[in-house]
Amino acid sequence: MNIRATSARVAPNAPWRGRSFASLQRRFYWYCLWPALVVMIVITLLPTAYLVLTSFTPLDLTRPETQWNFSTPILQYELLLEDRRLHNSLWVQAKLSFWTVVLQVFLGFLFALLLNMQGGLLQALRTVFLIPMVLPPIVVAIIWKVLYTPDISPFHWFMEWLGLPVASLITDPDTALMAIVIADIWEWFPFCMLMILAALQMMPEELTDAARIDGATALQVTWYITLPYLKGVLMVAGLFRLIDSIKAFPLIFILTDGGPGTVTEVTNFYSYIQAFNFSYLGYSSAITVLLVGITLVLTWAVIRLVGWGERVE
Amino acid sequence: MSEAARPRPPSAHERRLRRDRVILIALVAVLVALVMFPFLWMITMSFKPIDDIFAWPPKLFFTPTFEHYLGLVDDEFAASFWNSLVTSVGSTVVSMVVGVPAAYALSRMEDRIGNRLSLWILASRMAPPIAFTIPYFLVYRYIGLLDTKLGLGIIYVTFNLSLAIWLMRTFFDATPRSLEEAAWIDGATLWESFLRIMLPLSVPGLAATAILCFLFAWNDFFFALILTRTEATTAPVAVVNFMNYEGWEWGKIAAGGTMVMLPVLVFSILVRKFLVRGLTAGAIKG
Repeated sequence: MNIRATSARVAPNAPWRGRSFASLQRRFYWYCLWPALVVMIVITLLPTAYLVLTSFTPLDLTRPETQWNFSTPILQYELLLEDRRLHNSLWVQAKLSFWTVVLQVFLGFLFALLLNMQGGLLQALRTVFLIPMVLPPIVVAIIWKVLYTPDISPFHWFMEWLGLPVASLITDPDTALMAIVIADIWEWFPFCMLMILAALQMMPEELTDAARIDGATALQVTWYITLPYLKGVLMVAGLFRLIDSIKAFPLIFILTDGGPGTVTEVTNFYSYIQAFNFSYLGYSSAITVLLVGITLVLTWAVIRLVGWGERVE
Repeated sequence: MSEAARPRPPSAHERRLRRDRVILIALVAVLVALVMFPFLWMITMSFKPIDDIFAWPPKLFFTPTFEHYLGLVDDEFAASFWNSLVTSVGSTVVSMVVGVPAAYALSRMEDRIGNRLSLWILASRMAPPIAFTIPYFLVYRYIGLLDTKLGLGIIYVTFNLSLAIWLMRTFFDATPRSLEEAAWIDGATLWESFLRIMLPLSVPGLAATAILCFLFAWNDFFFALILTRTEATTAPVAVVNFMNYEGWEWGKIAAGGTMVMLPVLVFSILVRKFLVRGLTAGAIKG
């Protein structure tokens, strides 16, 4: 029902009689909206602006005179180009993101296929598989710290019992990143599983039924019909995980602290070290601006893909 | 047909189906065990006497003890639990009060405005936490909000407000407009139709959104790590502190971790149905 039609049939004693209903409505919506807009501006836009401003200064907390020093505005950004440790962190980030996203989408897809089968038992299990992702990230980190600490780990005991003792995965430079990837996959594959399962449950049955009648095997149905149907949701799930993988922190902080050396030091973590271990907030801000830029581009891609604005009426 | 109704021995096809079903259930059981094992191991560890934690081979059966939990009570851990509760509840209340009307307006306004705001709202949820941490840290240092519950609660609103707007908008989108329109025709004002009709209709959505906001704040580690020191430490940071001083207190770490996740598990079961929507907020339309 549109607004004009409504205002034509209003009760004669309505309190807002005499004014245009549409304009009243618009005003009311703005009243509802503006407190949130003001709060959002104050708590998100202003800090972001301050972050960008800080990135133009060589702010070092141990030297207060650097606070509002804009004499070398692009110096921090020039440093970005030369900083080997930063470049290494971007490469670590790329490896971490690639493996976690690919394997989470893949495992999420397999688990979703499994849970999509008939049967009440499987439906009930959906909640069980959600547990890793609802746990506080710090608890996930503790859980994996236990598993990766040889003294107390049932995993290390089991391997020794098999006659294949393994050294601690998180202190060996060759396996530390893999150890983080495994823990991250455990924590977040349920997210992909959920999204893919939701899409599967909306998939029209005629699609697969027709192929089955024509004699296609389960594998063929999955490959030629289900997968192409899920292309969109696989992309979105992957992009969401990609954006979140840039934030990786608690796992790295607890399991390896960026080490050994810098093998697990992702960019977000490096920025944290620059800011809160070395007190170079100006330089850390420049790194963070770079990260926010990447996040914005990816978020924009998500919005285009999901078509969030187009409302289902 | 009467013939089909009579019991008969299962055909080869039926037997194969039954066998597949057994294999499937076995497979699922193995997967559940694999996924749940790390989580259950920590919980059992929190009840193990200290000697059994280091037992080799690991003990599956032991006499449970509450010593680690009792150790938490008289520690600073109890205070940090309270800090977590206050900051999470506070940020949730503010986010709901400010966010719910905005979500309603966005749901009912022209699409264009909602679209323009969507990138902003989503981006503020997606941004790496350090992007907000640096400016907040600098400002809080200046105005004395570092290591206070108020300061921490404010930064939690940065993600909870956008979450509340986002989720409630999808709930309001799903509520038919004809209900409000009927109220307007009967002479209700816009405020009345919002407060007396839309809000009561959305109670399940409101509850679910509030719980999810609470959980996101409760789960935070990064902000609390940087913006608090001793006074306003939250439970996740307090647990990590057991790792650094006087060696590793594994029993306490496991018990603290279990305590931190307890409210999360309870609430997750309460809002099981809405959990999916909240966790995938923004990723799935509606």
